[in-house]
Amino acid sequence: MPAGAEATVDIAQGLGFYVFAGAVAIASLMAVTLRNIFHAVLLLIVSFVAVAGLYLTLDAAFLAMVQVIIYAGAIAVLMLFALFLTRNAMTTGNAGGRLQLSAAITGLMMLCLFLYTFVNTRWASGPATPPAFSPDTLADALFTTYLLPFELASVVLLVAMIGAIVLVKD
Amino acid sequence: MGVTLDHYMALSALLFCIGLYGALSRRNAVAILVAIEIMLNSVNIALVAMSRYIGGQGMISGQMFAVFIITVAAAEASVALALLIAVYRTRGTVNADEINLMKW
Repeated sequence: MPAGAEATVDIAQGLGFYVFAGAVAIASLMAVTLRNIFHAVLLLIVSFVAVAGLYLTLDAAFLAMVQVIIYAGAIAVLMLFALFLTRNAMTTGNAGGRLQLSAAITGLMMLCLFLYTFVNTRWASGPATPPAFSPDTLADALFTTYLLPFELASVVLLVAMIGAIVLVKD
Repeated sequence: MGVTLDHYMALSALLFCIGLYGALSRRNAVAILVAIEIMLNSVNIALVAMSRYIGGQGMISGQMFAVFIITVAAAEASVALALLIAVYRTRGTVNADEINLMKW
């Protein structure tokens, strides 16, 4: 790849990162602080889609699609349904609990701890040019190295499905 | 303006702490679930970034873990929301501080 094209890719990745990271941070912050819980779930969908964009800047196209389909498609709709089925939640709103202040302090302390750790960590350096991931590579690993976890995941999903049905059955 | 692994890890830490704050401070159980989904997402971002910047050719363990986390998150959301609806039927509320039957 010529140097000019590489620089263009670099700038595109940087721009994409800052745009999507800002969107994710703002949407998530609003989702946990807004009083209207319906708006909070809608902002959660925005955050999920922006995370999919972040995956695209990381060359993980397959994961980006999975993120949009499962998170923004399935989980968010599930949450909206639960919201409508527990209707009084809509009227009483999303008031903060008594733990508001201590929760904020805990979060800030955790953030400081994380950032301190990251600053003082020397990551193992990877290859200079990142490998190109394709869904083929992912599928190869999924059906060879990770075959047992793959089969177990299907059992987990089956158990969760049956459990959900049994729980809401009268 | 080269974006490095540190950028992604800092974003992931920020998201995790936002989720932690939400999970601790909200009363509504659906809002707590929203915060937990944000935390799961932050971990996924860290894993995929690691896979991109540290993993070599053919080493996609990070992305693979992210796939399994998404699977478990789907199962978790369905069971948690079913529990929530069951609790709402019997107690008429989804506020976490009013569901205190097992509190000593």
